[in-house]
Amino acid sequence: MSFAFDDASPIYRQIADRIRGEVLSGELEPDKPVMSTNQYAAFYRINPATAAKAFQLLVDEGVLYKRRGLGMFVSPDAREKLRAERRERFFEDVVEPMLAEARSIGIPVSEIIRRIEVHEHEEQDE
Amino acid sequence: MTVRVEARNLSLDYGDVEAIRDVSLSLADGRIYGLLGRNGSGKTSLMSLLAGFRRPTAGEALVDGEPVFENGNATRKVCLIREGADTVDSMEKVEAGLEFAARMRPYWDDAYARRLLDRFELSARKKVGDLSRGQRAALAVTLGLASRAPVTMFDEAYLGLDAPSRYVFYDELLRDFMEHPRLVVVSTHLIEEVSLLFEEVLILHEGRLILQDEAEAFRMRGANVIGPRDTVDRFVAGMTVLERRELGPTASAVVYGEFDDHLRRKAVEAGLEVGPLPLQDLFVHLTSSQEGEDDRS
Repeated sequence: MSFAFDDASPIYRQIADRIRGEVLSGELEPDKPVMSTNQYAAFYRINPATAAKAFQLLVDEGVLYKRRGLGMFVSPDAREKLRAERRERFFEDVVEPMLAEARSIGIPVSEIIRRIEVHEHEEQDE
Repeated sequence: MTVRVEARNLSLDYGDVEAIRDVSLSLADGRIYGLLGRNGSGKTSLMSLLAGFRRPTAGEALVDGEPVFENGNATRKVCLIREGADTVDSMEKVEAGLEFAARMRPYWDDAYARRLLDRFELSARKKVGDLSRGQRAALAVTLGLASRAPVTMFDEAYLGLDAPSRYVFYDELLRDFMEHPRLVVVSTHLIEEVSLLFEEVLILHEGRLILQDEAEAFRMRGANVIGPRDTVDRFVAGMTVLERRELGPTASAVVYGEFDDHLRRKAVEAGLEVGPLPLQDLFVHLTSSQEGEDDRS
């Protein structure tokens, strides 16, 4: 279909990931309403039950909360919570795969550290 | 008032040909089902039985617990749309087709039918016999959607539509389904394009129902494991392997079953690559490998 979902994980998880991303980036603000299940379903051309499953997952995680008759809203602490989770996973998800790649192609760790330090200095100079 | 469709040990023979063999299923209201099968797998026969177009050779087709064949009370709730709007006489105008549907279909929404014709850019004044294949398909899906029947089935009816019109159909199907939830069955052999619309999928193969599952769960059941031959073989030992291929020292195996995160991690730790399997591929493997197994036995 016209929206690029990949086959590697269930569609509802990919939708939940996108919503989490929007909360992290601040596009979705605390205590502001999120589009309805039906709007998501129509937009992505997916079964509404799939969209509902994504929302339920985010409610269970505390990223969204439900207000009776009004729909879904972003939890006030959702962004901070997601940031904390990502920080926890940063080394496992980002640094370790990078080190594995570096090892396999023969880049020494000292070289990586040097590059990061140069980068840091450049940013401080700006 | 919710509607329910059931088949109990349903069979249909055409002479010596067993079109449907011992199919049992239960379909619930408020869901969109995808009925998948290769050409000749029995999709049309099964839908014809569920719609009461044909009398079962054995078993029962039930709507709300009542046998559907020659039962006006049951057939009134069901609308089966086949390719090419074959319920409308080719000498008639599109308009006459709509009027006929309005008389026959207790839940018919005439205003909606006319909005759909507009969206498909089809004039009600045209003679049905003069319509192109795509226009006939547009008329067919219009009759199905506007029927608002509690059980609405589309038997590949939309496949004659060109790509932009197919997307109009998908959008309208979803939108109208959300506004007026009902039991929808869509049969197809082109899976990739419509699979996201389905809540559940049913797979027919050689007249038998070989699978009924949540679409999302089914999507996750296949995986492609690639790596050194021995490692792959050790890893997939005991799993259902649908296909195995070799390229020099490398092997790839298509496996079927619950492939969860734990198993995925184990594969990666063993130095294997795990690739996803598109729904269409999984379907192809399931409906061709079975044949292979039959040959071997």
